[in-house]
Formats: sequence, C-alpha cells, structure tokens
Amino acid sequence: MRIHCPYCCTRGVEEFTYRGDATVRRPDLDAPEAAWVDYVYLRDNPAGPHAEYWYHAAGCHSWLVVRRDTRTHEIFSVQTASEVSEA
Amino acid sequence: MNDLSASLPPETGRRGKTQPMRWARGNGIRGDKTIRFTFDGRVLEAHPGDTLASALLANGVRLVGRSFKYHRPRGILSAGPEEPNALVELREGAQREPNSRATVTEVFDGLAATSQNRWPTLKHDMLGANSLLAPVFSAGFYYKTFMWPASFWEKVYEPIIRRAAGLGRAADEADPDHYEKATAFCDVLVVGSGPAGLAAARAAAGAGARVILCEQDSLTGGRLRAERVMLDDRPGWAWAQDTEKYLRALPEVRIMTRTCVFGRYDGGCFGALERVADHVAVPQAGQPRQRLWRIVAGQCILATGGIERPIVFPDNDRPGIMLAGAVRSYVNRFGVVPGRQAVIYTNNDDGLRAAADLHDAGVRVAAIVDSRQPSSTAAQAMARQVGAALFAGGAIAGTTGHTGLKAVQVRDSAGKTRRLACDLLAVSGGWNPDIALATHHRTHPVYDDALNAFVVSSPAPGLHLAGFAAGALTTDAALAQGDALGRAAAQGAGSDPATGCAMVLPRAAEKEGYAIAPLWHALGRAGQAGKAFIDFQNDVTAKDVSLAAREGFWAVEHLKRYTTLGMATDQGKTANVNALAMMAWERGRSIAQTGTTIVRPPVQPCAIGALAGTHRGRHFKPHRLPPTHDWAVEAGCVLTSNGIWQRAQWYPRPDETSWQETVNREVRSVRSSVGFCDVTTLGKIDIQGADAATLLERVYVNAWRKLPVGRARYGLMLREDGFAFDDGTTARLAENHYVMTTTTANAGAVMRHLEFCHQCLWPGLDVRFISVTDAWAQIAVAGPRSRDVLREIIDESFDLSNEAFGYMGAANVRLRDGVGGRLFRLSFSGELAYEIAVPARYGDALARLLMRVGAPYGITPYGTEALGVMRIEKGHPAGPELNGQTTAHDLGMGRMLSRKKDFIGRAMAQRTALCDAARPTLIGLKPLHASDALVAGAHLLPRGAPADAASDQGWISSSAWSPTVESWIALGFLSHGPQRHGEVIAVHNPLAGTVIEAQVVPPVFVDPEGSRLHA
Repeated sequence: MRIHCPYCCTRGVEEFTYRGDATVRRPDLDAPEAAWVDYVYLRDNPAGPHAEYWYHAAGCHSWLVVRRDTRTHEIFSVQTASEVSEA
Repeated sequence: MNDLSASLPPETGRRGKTQPMRWARGNGIRGDKTIRFTFDGRVLEAHPGDTLASALLANGVRLVGRSFKYHRPRGILSAGPEEPNALVELREGAQREPNSRATVTEVFDGLAATSQNRWPTLKHDMLGANSLLAPVFSAGFYYKTFMWPASFWEKVYEPIIRRAAGLGRAADEADPDHYEKATAFCDVLVVGSGPAGLAAARAAAGAGARVILCEQDSLTGGRLRAERVMLDDRPGWAWAQDTEKYLRALPEVRIMTRTCVFGRYDGGCFGALERVADHVAVPQAGQPRQRLWRIVAGQCILATGGIERPIVFPDNDRPGIMLAGAVRSYVNRFGVVPGRQAVIYTNNDDGLRAAADLHDAGVRVAAIVDSRQPSSTAAQAMARQVGAALFAGGAIAGTTGHTGLKAVQVRDSAGKTRRLACDLLAVSGGWNPDIALATHHRTHPVYDDALNAFVVSSPAPGLHLAGFAAGALTTDAALAQGDALGRAAAQGAGSDPATGCAMVLPRAAEKEGYAIAPLWHALGRAGQAGKAFIDFQNDVTAKDVSLAAREGFWAVEHLKRYTTLGMATDQGKTANVNALAMMAWERGRSIAQTGTTIVRPPVQPCAIGALAGTHRGRHFKPHRLPPTHDWAVEAGCVLTSNGIWQRAQWYPRPDETSWQETVNREVRSVRSSVGFCDVTTLGKIDIQGADAATLLERVYVNAWRKLPVGRARYGLMLREDGFAFDDGTTARLAENHYVMTTTTANAGAVMRHLEFCHQCLWPGLDVRFISVTDAWAQIAVAGPRSRDVLREIIDESFDLSNEAFGYMGAANVRLRDGVGGRLFRLSFSGELAYEIAVPARYGDALARLLMRVGAPYGITPYGTEALGVMRIEKGHPAGPELNGQTTAHDLGMGRMLSRKKDFIGRAMAQRTALCDAARPTLIGLKPLHASDALVAGAHLLPRGAPADAASDQGWISSSAWSPTVESWIALGFLSHGPQRHGEVIAVHNPLAGTVIEAQVVPPVFVDPEGSRLHA
C-alpha cells in the first residue's frame, strides 16, 4: 500500500504507523464514564470506507487522516490530522 | 492385444556421444560449448542454455525423482515453473537447496544435483512399498488413520509420516550467500516476454512510458522459443531476440530476465525475485545470490501466457509422459528429443503440433490419440503428415514401464484396447491462462465455456491481460493485443496519446488452431481403477477427489485441505482445474457452479533468505551506540542490549572474578565517592512555544505552570485508559522552552504520543517539539564528590554551590574548554548527582575528561547494572514497574494526580476499580536472611498460605543484591501494600520451587530522608 502524505508525496506503507479509527472524539473531562469507555475502548470495524489515523513515523512525523476502503485498500483522501481537527 | 510395434526403433541422433538425445542445436542453446554437471554423482555433459531438465533428457535420464506419498518413479512433466515432479536438491553443504525445479534450474559447469525422497537409490527405493499401503494414504489420511490412540501420535505416527512423506532436505547450516532488496518505479510494468509482452513493452515505450519488462526465464520470447512459429518469414524467436535488442537500447526501458513477479499488492506494488547468481557456481564478489524487488508501477500488463493441463488416466505419471507443449520446448529450444517413439494424446489441435515437431526431429510418432469424435481435419492431416495411426475418439487406458514408459494401452472409439510401444507420451488437455497475478487481491476468476478454462474478465484497475493470459489463441492475436494494451497502458499512466509512432507488427505464417473439446474424465469410473493422478506433487488421484465428494468435502476449499490438492511448491498449477472438473462431474454440476480457489502470493516459491535480505544475524535490527561507546569499549566494558541500544553493563577489572563483584564495587564507589554513567539513551524532547506549559499540563498528571525557569521536575504520564505510560524529568530552560526526558524504552512512543496530542487533539496549541536524543550526549555524574569533579569541568563563573544550584536545578552552562552544555541536578542513584549534556560529538571527550579530572577522587565508570541496583535501593520505578498494567495509585503516586486540570488518562484513572486499595501497590521487600535471593516474577503470599492462585497477593517486579544494605532487596506490588509495612510474607518462586520469607518495607532502602540528594 502507498499513502500520499501531503508533505512528503506518495510513500510506501512501511514508513507509516497505524493507529486506527479517526472518527472518535475525545470527550470532555466531565462526560459520563460510558462516553469515556466508548472513546477509549470501543471501535467500529466497518467493511468499507473508513477514516483512520496513520503516522508518518519514518517521514515528517505528521499524523494523517486517511480515508480508505478496508476491503480494497483503495485510498480516497489523505489530510493532515490537524487540518481535520481544526475543521 | 494387438502390438502395433513390438520394439522401439533404433536410436536417432548422435550415437555413442554423451548426449544421445540431443538432435540439433536448439534456439536457446550454445552448442559450441560443453559444460559438466553431476546428477546423483554421475558426471554428465550439457550446453550453456540448458536447464537441468533439458540436460538430463539430453543424456537420456528420464527418472528424476520419487513422489511424495507413494514414492512412485517420476520424470519431467513440464518445461517451466509449473513442474510438479522433477524436484531435486541442488548444490551441497550449506548451499544445499531442496525441492528445486529441474525445469527452471539453469545448468552451470560444476552443478551438483541430487534426486530426493528415495532410499537407498533412485532406482531401488525401499519406500516404494508405500504404494502397497495406498488405502492408508487416501484422501484425508492425515485425519483418519492416525486418530488414536492419542499417545501414539508423537512417538509412532508422526516419525513414520515424517520419514515416509516429504521431499528434500534443507541445509543444516546457515546460508552463506547474500540477498538484497531493491525498489524500482515505472509507468508500465510488463510481466512476461512472449509475443504479447514484447509487443506491449515496445508499444508502451514507443508511447513515451518508462517500462520495466520482467521475464522469469533466462531468455525472452516465451512460447516463441518453444514453437516453430514463423513471423514474417523469420523464426519467432529471432523476432523476440531483435525486439529485446531494440528495447534494451531505449533509455527508459529496463528488461529484467530471471525475474519472477510473484505478487501483486496494494497501490500498484509488485513483488519480484531476481535470481542474480543462481545460474553460476558462486556469486561474484559483492554480488547477491538473489534480489527481492519491489516494483511500483502505474499500470501493469500481464502477458504471462498459459499452463498446459495434463490428462487424467490410469498410470499417467510414468517418466516419459510429458505435456505436449513441454515436448516442443525441449525439441525446439533445447534441441533435445525426450524419446524415440512417441504417442500423442490430445483433446485439441494445439497438442498436434508436438507430432510435427517430433517427426521433423526424427522421432517416430506411432499414433495420435485424439479424444475428439470426430477428430478435427487438422488431426487427420497431421496423422497423414507424420505417418501416425489416428485414434479418433480414442483414449489412453493405461501405461506400462516401471521406471520409465514402455508402452501405452490405447482404447479406440469402439472400445477395443491395444498396446503401443513407446517411450514418450505427449499429452495435452488444453491450456489454462496463467492468471495467478490477476487473482491476487481477491479478484475472482470466471469460467469461460468456449476456452474451457478460468479467465479474469474484469481485472483490477490499472491491470491489463494480454496474449494467452487473456485467452488470445494465436500469435497474431497476442501480438495485436499486446501492442494495443501497451499503448493504452502508457496513456493510462499519463503518457501523451500524441507521442509515439505506430509500429508494424509481424505476421505469423501459419494459421494456428485450438478447437478444444473438454476432456476431464476420459474413462469415467473405469479410469479410476488404477492410479489416475490429478496432482502429481501431492499424489492426489481421481479416486481421492471422488472420495472427498462422497465424504462431503466437495466445497473447493474443503477439497483442497482434505486431499492436500494444490499445495506445495507447484501450488497445483497443473492440477487444480482438472480436480475442479472432476468434482463438478461427481456432483453433477458445471465447473462454473463448482467454483475455484483464488491464489495468494507468491506465484512461485520464494526463498525466505530473499525476503529477509540483509536483515539477518547482527543486522536483523539496527544498533544504536551511545556517544561514549568507543571509550567504554576501550575501558573494557561488557555490553548489553537495551532495546536497540548497546550499552555498557559493567566495567570489570582484571582482578575481579564475577560480575557481582564488579557491580558491588561500582555501587560502593558512587555511594562513597563519585562515578559516572552514560544516560544518553533516555529520550530527550525539546519543547518550545507559548503553549509549551499547556501541553505539559495535558500530558503529565502533575502541575507544570509554576515550575520556575532553571528548575526541573519529575513527571508521570498516563495512557488515556488511566494506566501509567512513562515517566521522566522535564526542565524549564527559558520562559517558553522546556526539555523533556523519557525512559529509554519509550522514547519513540512518547514522541509519537506528544505529536498525536498536539496534531489530533489540540492542534490550536502554539507549541513545537523535536526529538534531540541523538543531539546531546548526556552523562550522569553521581556521588558525594560529584560537585568536586564538576568544579574541574564547568566554567568557574558558574556557581555550583547547593545554595546557587540546588536539587532539581537546570541551567545552560559553559565548560572550561568553551563547549556549551546543559547541567541538571538530577539523581537516579539517590546521591548528590548531576547530569551534564554536551553536543553529542563531544560525548567521547567528556568521558575521557571525567576520567582524568576525577582520578584524584577515584572516579568510577558504572554500567546499567549498577544503575539498576541503585535505583532499586532508592525505590525509583523503571520498566518492570511501568509495565503497562500499573496505575499511579499502584506506583504510590496517586497523590500526584492533579485535580485542577484535564490531562491524558485522568477520566479513566478515576474508575473505582483502578483506585481500589486492594490493588497490588508498590512496596519494598527484604528477606529475613540477607543472603536469600529474591527473584523478579516471584509471587507474594501471606505467610503459611497455600501456594495457589487464590492466595496470590502480588509479585516482585525488580530485585538486586544491595551492597549498601548488604542484603537482597526487591521492589514489588502487594495488595494493601502500604498498610502492611513490617509484615512478614512468603515469596514463592514456582520455577525454582522455593519459598522465602521476607519483610514488607517502604520502597526506599537508602537515605529515605533524601539528605544525600540535597547535600
């Protein structure tokens, strides 16, 4: 698999580290415990399009949000995580 | 029975010569040069360009190996990588390579090849008796025969199976050869260099694309080398040679022969194995044996051709029974006739070509058995042309000849059987397009009723199939298709459609026909009487497939596992479709309904050595060396691995007899005078920006805003789930400038964590950070005389007094020789101590300087072991305590958790269960007898309690002999630990079967008041 890093161009997947679901949002401190449990532990495992965090560990150290089809590994878009978080 | 010919005809070819079956100079052979090789110790001759298979056939060797289960004599079936039978061991000693396919092994001068899976010799194999045990080895025998009694499995059944089954022997020694990896990029990758592949490469290059053409064979041309196809009045192979020459001259074309593209991966990535030096005795100096390529291609054209199918009939596995296409390869490319009297058995017109080629090579073609009724006009014409008897609607009902074919039983359309003497039977059951690479990535093949084979009708985007791989039946069609797809792929990869010139394609002189009529089960049930093999390599017969069907294992995936069909080196390349057809017939369904398995990479065997490349031995992982490494080695240190770091473990003196003695001395020196230790390996992160303090507040559990400039503080980080993640000190060097230290093990993980927090959680923070672990050499100088030593090093203008630079001080300093550095008053040992950091290039000089100026104080370098002893004596948690399962409460740091701010892990750390006082909590342990060794991992039980899980109350995490306390000491976690100081408990070590009594104490064994730190 190859990922198009917005800073480094298209690079081999071995340069990246996978983290997982990029759709979860960190709850507020006073959110109920259930919300925290959901954030920390529970993940959907969709067969199809998914947004995931990838870290360009052997490159620019950017955290990226990669939109990818988990069945075909087709990549639809790559954005920096900060861009996504700020949006 | 009616003998058509009682005896074989006299030998043709060069009688009395060493290669009696070499009839001519093949188009791929350098006949002017002779080389020698051995097979089972016998010296034989060959020519450059020969494969081991062609060389053996040239020398009249037909028996090459024994089969997997039944030890049946086997010869050479094919002329390519699909070979199931002719597997041999190559070379000797450490380079011995088992299960090598003779059909793709290039012969070189001095090659030593050995048959395998036979004892004592190939001709007289004792285990041939396995054939008599055939009922035992039927489908599913692994699951049925050896079921009970269970105790027999390890001692009786498994050794028997292992001895009886299996193929070659792996080398006993490490592989002495080198392997490497490389990456290449191109617009268009063409796999295969037959007519379609060459035309595609030429067209793509002509359209301006960067092209890589991979050919697994040593020569380009594909079937053009095997067939006598004339293209524009010249031999097809000559056109291939000229086209290759033309392509090689183009700057943007790379032709890689001996390179098998074995896998197709995501994003246009392909794996390929280049056999750089397999065809020579010894690789040249500096040359790898094989090279693993990752090829990144914009578009890919698969021109992989096809693989011919055998026909399933009784005793169809004898040496001398060969695929018709392979026969033509040997005759035309290698100039070898695989027999002297041949019979052709075919269900299509393509198979007939073998009759003409053999006839013209002087081989007598006794008969053409054509399963089609009526046979084609081509078959009738061919029979007349070569003077062979034609059996239209006929079948081969059986064969004879123990170690090589002697005769076949032909059943004519009327059902009458007659014996025909022959030593070669060329069979063709039709051809399968080689679509393996196209089916990687879960692209399912579909059955094409017209072609009688599986094809890929909708290949993945960017992938094109050309030539016979796409079902093109003639050379002309393959050329035209390759040409068109080459241009299309170039455009798909971004070439300008206007570029490139139209090229003239050659025309084949002959009209090539196929006219296949399916033939899956020639004799029906009757054909299952003997052993009618479907999968030669795994000894799977038609009967086995029928049995699997009867026993319910009819799903293709079950069929494969139950019968072992399609496994091992050939992956069923010649077997799978015949087996599916047999299963379809058994079930009364169509082949399309029965389905097929998809394949995974690699399409050909790939040595693990090539996948490992240079990552072996000490190069398996990179090594990191601290800046004082060279000095430490000179000083005689013993090295240890700390992750990928190589660190000094201790520095023995010549008079010391054990490491314990050395470590005791190092600890005593630090506690009584002064010592130093390289601590560069701790992670160092430089943090700057207006929001630097905010970031620290959010990643550490404790408060940071009020930390003054010029001070450092201990910090604890949690994971978001509330468990401890890492710890270290962070110093404030300026208003908005901090330098954080992490543990050695977590340096990378903490960096990644900070970046996650900053980029994903709080991108608005005005902060930047970078790892400076490698930029600074950092050395801990510890002991009551450490200040005296530093006074000799640090510029006099800097006030080192306790009042001016107290515990947890941090400052930019200048060394006496002018080098700028940083000084921290930190202590891991519990003594008055400093950590001094200088740019990494001065690390070595700093160590030597410390030795010199510290000599009057008896300065002692110490290693990781003494470091560990002293931190246990002081109760500082390290890796064994921060093991990912402990909380701040468990570590006795519950009170550090700020209640005034949000930080990573705060919400989850508050969970009731994580704050339970019954959770094992950090304590110290001292044995009642000082010399009783405490061992990390031991379980803590109440005194007198039974040694069972119910009584288990905790564990020892770290232990050491303390030369300061003069006793074994340990850190551990004990339920309700802090309330149990003074209690005597049992320390159970189930590995050694020992129980020791120890007293629970506070986890600080030396200077609990901290007066030494603050001295």
